[in-house]
Amino acid sequence: MPAAEPFCPTCKAVQPPGQGDHFVRLGLDRTYDLDPKSVEKKYFELQRRLHPDRFVTRSPKERALSQAQATSLNDAYETLMDPLARAVYLLRLSGIETGGDGKTIDDPALLMEAMEMREALAEARTPAEVDAVVGHARAEAATCRAQLSRDFSAPDLAAAKQHTLRLTYLDKLVEDARSRRLNVA
Amino acid sequence: MTLLQLHEPGETPLPHEGDQTLAVGIDLGTTNSVVAISTSGKPEVLRDAEGRGLVPSVVAYTDEGPIVGVAAQARLVAEPDSVVSSVKRLMGRGAADVKALAGTLPYQLDAAEGGMVRLLVGGRRLTPVEISAEILKAVKDQAEQHLGREVTRAVVTVPAYFDDAARLATKDAARLAGLEVLRLVNEPTAAALAYGLDKEAEGVYAVYDLGGGTFDVSILRLEKGVFQVLATGGDASLGGDDFDHAIAEHWLADRRSELGGEPITAGEVKQTLKSARAAKEALTTREAGDFPVMLRGKTTLHRLTRETLDGLIRPWIETTIKIARQVVDDARLELSEIQGVVLVGGSTRVPQVRQAIEGLFGTKPLADIDPDEVVALGAALQAEALTSGSDTLLLDVLPLSLGLETMGGLVEKVIDRNTPIPVAKAQEFTTYQDGQGAMLIHVVQGEREDVADCRSLARFVLAGIPPMVAGAARIRVTFQVDADGLLTVSAQEKTTGVEQRVEVKPSYGLTEDEMARMLEESMIHAREDMERRLLVENRVEARRVLLALQAALAADAGLLDAGEGDRIEEARRRLEAAIEGADRDLIKAAVERLEEAARPFAERRMDRAIRAGLAGHSIEEFKGDPGGCLAPDPEEKS
Repeated sequence: MPAAEPFCPTCKAVQPPGQGDHFVRLGLDRTYDLDPKSVEKKYFELQRRLHPDRFVTRSPKERALSQAQATSLNDAYETLMDPLARAVYLLRLSGIETGGDGKTIDDPALLMEAMEMREALAEARTPAEVDAVVGHARAEAATCRAQLSRDFSAPDLAAAKQHTLRLTYLDKLVEDARSRRLNVA
Repeated sequence: MTLLQLHEPGETPLPHEGDQTLAVGIDLGTTNSVVAISTSGKPEVLRDAEGRGLVPSVVAYTDEGPIVGVAAQARLVAEPDSVVSSVKRLMGRGAADVKALAGTLPYQLDAAEGGMVRLLVGGRRLTPVEISAEILKAVKDQAEQHLGREVTRAVVTVPAYFDDAARLATKDAARLAGLEVLRLVNEPTAAALAYGLDKEAEGVYAVYDLGGGTFDVSILRLEKGVFQVLATGGDASLGGDDFDHAIAEHWLADRRSELGGEPITAGEVKQTLKSARAAKEALTTREAGDFPVMLRGKTTLHRLTRETLDGLIRPWIETTIKIARQVVDDARLELSEIQGVVLVGGSTRVPQVRQAIEGLFGTKPLADIDPDEVVALGAALQAEALTSGSDTLLLDVLPLSLGLETMGGLVEKVIDRNTPIPVAKAQEFTTYQDGQGAMLIHVVQGEREDVADCRSLARFVLAGIPPMVAGAARIRVTFQVDADGLLTVSAQEKTTGVEQRVEVKPSYGLTEDEMARMLEESMIHAREDMERRLLVENRVEARRVLLALQAALAADAGLLDAGEGDRIEEARRRLEAAIEGADRDLIKAAVERLEEAARPFAERRMDRAIRAGLAGHSIEEFKGDPGGCLAPDPEEKS
């Protein structure tokens, strides 16, 4: 799907956001290996021109279009900046739904790993113990992201799906550990 | 088909260039409100004729109409039932929400029904929206008098942690006051804007905003003119008012036995709170002081030391520190990564607050812009940016998660807090009974998992779902949050296309009819209201001068020179006559004459007072200064 230009090339008026994907919207190549700095640069650059704050004195129609544009940009930014959301999104663009929400796990090996780490988290009584669990999960998540980078460039989408599920679970564990740490602190 | 009704390339004509670009920034605070304007990137607070930038957020409902600010504050103790303060704490609240707070609030509530909470003030039933509108009208007037032209557009600030209902209530209040809200901006974000542009700061900063009734913390990244909020949090009912209450209760505990089980009167509560506030303010620079409490006509002095004060307010400060720690964590940052902390709100003047912040962040907080004015200055900068164009960009977030009630009274989150706005998200639901023809959509806001623990925003029914087996219907509910943080919800049954769209009007908000009626009334009365209010204010001020004079003469008639008494009496009679009339200028002139005639007398009184070693009194006292709580208040004698 070609990129919809945010502004009309002849009359310079703001246009609807169109159906282009998140990569197209931010003018980036469709790849897993994105440099967060360059995503951010594009995002800020476009928001500077499209954010509703720029359209306060314009017609209601233009204001509505700017809101739609800014909403799409935020969606693209949130999705592409997060390695897990980006992986899920890339798989979806290839017609693969991951379906994982970090709550149910089909893979027996992953299930075993998940149970062990959950137990360790539940038994952690001090911030240091929680941090140890988080440290381990973060290291595993980093490995996962490296594997995803290889999977997507191969491309090996089946492997990418496996690693995406694992990353889903690891991110959820880190997230749960944050509230756990506030409780034991 | 043309998508747009287009004007000339790239521009929309601005019909009245001058009027269109004039927009002010308003900080509608719990305790004080401030209005500011920015020209060429230089924001400035618009002060009144006496140079006061802070307008006390106090409204007095007199027989002659509402008055706002210092004049209203002066009546707080004498006529507690017709004066409202701290109404911001009730914005967007339902009657049921505030029942729990009953007794701790300095107002009488109409407990009769559900819906939006109503206050009983001077025999009237008023919503917080109407009362806030009076405050906004007053600051609008102040801006207009200062600028010499009409002001119709404003950026109004709200606590970052305000929920959808409170934001909408604020916007409604502005509409009632005749102001178009260009944008609701979060207070910490506005403060960061004022600092960031001032200092050209780069990096990650925390804004700690402790006002009279609300607490916010925001973490922002500042980079080349972009102000990106990374996370925000707070407590919409925690502030300096709580400190005042703690002090007042501490004192009243000493004297409770005198009441013999009888309830304390509204006037006594307001008097004690006023004294408590003066004590809190005095102890920002002093280590201890003695402060008066008047109960059943008897005044006692109570000693308050910094140490006792610190003990009384510690629980609230600890709560703010816990929230701040959590917000830093939400931003996925370590405390050491925060480059600086900006202080906002009058309550950050309390030394213990500053120490706690310094202790948490390990850095001396920034307070070089007046914490009472910094938010309005930031709002003014944003107002200018919105109307005249700018290179800066504010990217804010949703402060509280939005969700829907699902089976078993649980919340399904649709948009998580700290998501950048504007944002739109959709979620699909299905029916749970065969042939179910309608579905109740219950929109809630909050972080808890039980619906009962979250804020109920709106309920509506999606009807017309064709008969299907349970689980076959596909109902897509879309949440859209705009740049003001306001929510619109729509629901659609996908297999048939039955659609319903609602602006989320909170269950306890104003109905469209109520709003329309209030708007109509306010438009009809706008001009006469303004004239009348100014007249009322002048009369009130004149009467205060007369009462103060009467008290002074009663006490010190012996200090009058020969003939002086007659001259004062002559000026006094003129003023009395002027008050009876409706000519504001005449009243003003008569007040000045009287003050001129009585000045030597007042000066002699003051000299004598100083000689008697009673430091701390001023010539202002002659006028019955409402601010100094140790000064005898002439109004209470009558």
